[in-house]
Amino acid sequence: MSSTAIANPRKFWAEAPWQLWFTQILAVLRIELKKALWMRRSIWIYLLAFAPSVMFGIHALTSPMGSHCSIEEDTRVLAYTFQIFYLRVGMFFGCMGLFTWLFRGEIVEKSLHYYFLAPMRREVLVIGKFLAGFIATSLVFGASVLLCFTFAYEHFGAKGSAYVFNGPGLGQLTSYLLVTVLACLGFGAIFLALSLIFKNPILPGVVVLLWESFHSVAPSLLQKFSVSFYLKQLAPVSIPPDGLLALFTVVAEPVSPWLAIPGLLCLSVAILVFACFRIRKTEISYLAD
Amino acid sequence: MPTTSSNIVFENVSKFYGEVLGVNRVNLSLPPGITSLVGPNGSGKTTLMNLVTGLVRPTQGRVSVLGLTPDQPEEFFRHVGYCTQFDSFPKRVTGFEFIFQSLQLRGLGKNEAARLAGEAIDRVNLREAAHRRVAGYSKGMRQRIRLAQSIAHHPTVLVLDEPLNGLDPMARAESIALFEALGKQGMHVVISSHVLHEVDKISDQVVLMSYGYVVAEGKIHGVRTEVKEHPMQILVRCASPALLASRLFSQDHVVEAKLNNDGKGVLVRTKDANMFYELLNRIIVEEDFAVETVAPNDDDVNSVYQYLVGSGGGGNAV
Repeated sequence: MSSTAIANPRKFWAEAPWQLWFTQILAVLRIELKKALWMRRSIWIYLLAFAPSVMFGIHALTSPMGSHCSIEEDTRVLAYTFQIFYLRVGMFFGCMGLFTWLFRGEIVEKSLHYYFLAPMRREVLVIGKFLAGFIATSLVFGASVLLCFTFAYEHFGAKGSAYVFNGPGLGQLTSYLLVTVLACLGFGAIFLALSLIFKNPILPGVVVLLWESFHSVAPSLLQKFSVSFYLKQLAPVSIPPDGLLALFTVVAEPVSPWLAIPGLLCLSVAILVFACFRIRKTEISYLAD
Repeated sequence: MPTTSSNIVFENVSKFYGEVLGVNRVNLSLPPGITSLVGPNGSGKTTLMNLVTGLVRPTQGRVSVLGLTPDQPEEFFRHVGYCTQFDSFPKRVTGFEFIFQSLQLRGLGKNEAARLAGEAIDRVNLREAAHRRVAGYSKGMRQRIRLAQSIAHHPTVLVLDEPLNGLDPMARAESIALFEALGKQGMHVVISSHVLHEVDKISDQVVLMSYGYVVAEGKIHGVRTEVKEHPMQILVRCASPALLASRLFSQDHVVEAKLNNDGKGVLVRTKDANMFYELLNRIIVEEDFAVETVAPNDDDVNSVYQYLVGSGGGGNAV
């Protein structure tokens, strides 16, 4: 955001070259999406994302027509898998791997200056790269969650179809996908910003992991600065915080989805605005990095 | 120092990397034409170029290019092209894609970007390799494709950091001819190079740098004249070098007159070049002898640089 934008937002809004920015965001998106989805470094993210799908697939094959399980039991397992594996591990580390590499990767490969030498605002570059990471992670994890859901209910036959299409199934799927998209948005914003501050974002990533896992012990106000705080409110099936799982299960004060979604969006936008300010001061000194 | 909006202007610019000095108190105003930045490694040439293009920000002072700063990137980078020293590329791109993508980042449509990319590739003679991956290019080809990328959008200011590195003699000659042509079109071409005798031939002005300071700037002959403590070397090729040498010895401003190795010339070192030329004219008329050539022997960039920051100064082979 330029000083003109802050001093005179109305003038800025009227005179800003929106069409050019849109075209440039699309150009960055095209380049970065291709890289994010096809780079060799992404293989482990695919493995991480689709590991539960494989397990649910094996479960579906070994329990034809739900012979060794029940819909309630599979619904609970899916809920545990989603909240504990996907949110705490899969999406967290997947976003960490992909979003931190958006800028750090360019610095390591000494190619960031090509972007900086284009007639493009650096804020536009941040938005383009963020959108590429967001779309890539949402696609990968969304597809994985969809597969898990399909495998979880498909093998029950007509009973499973009834649960999905005439029962709560479709609503739960929508919620899972919504939470997936929001998780990629929130975690993505955090890791993109961290990669612009730290040369090695792994250590701060661990701090974020601890915060996201144990933020429920913090005062109510501070909890609102956690992505998991909002996501928890949107999970379609709640899991009881018993035994060891209590360590990983957030017990937050309830917030309506109508507040949780805008809350998470506001948090993500605030982090991205910070990243935009940060990148304006970024200098190219590959040797130092 | 004139500070017009048609120049590249440094106003009291300093850049420190932590405690390490990049450049210090640089005041320059570079007019259109070819400007060579000369100096050894670590003298601040690349820092100066990075400051021009906004890749690094000055710790103190202000840099503007044609009255614009990198804070206005949409306008600024339409005018500026920079071929950096970094021999790196985005992964898995072909030469054509590399330029095409950078043009699309400028907001150009597919057709226009493809046309300009093809045109730039032709200018650096890489058409046959254009659709091969850059990772398989030789060093010289990578250098040329980066050059093509920096000129593809027809900038009015072209900054080239060691653009002749890795080029074979043929490609080097072609690149120099290209820079010369661009300079004659009225562009600003700022070149840093270690191949001094090559950039020397095409430079309209030079900036000599040492340890982060600008030690001299201007047209090379003018800079040489300013170096009073080192007598100028002038090589006179003539039929009677011994006669000429004997006439010169009696003059106060002539420090040394040495017969050339091939016996067909005299290398003169004088404290006042103008007086020497007047004297030479008189001798030619009085003695009626034929002079083949008269040429300064040490007003090239290399010699001037050596005089200013090193010791001695070379002069070309006698």
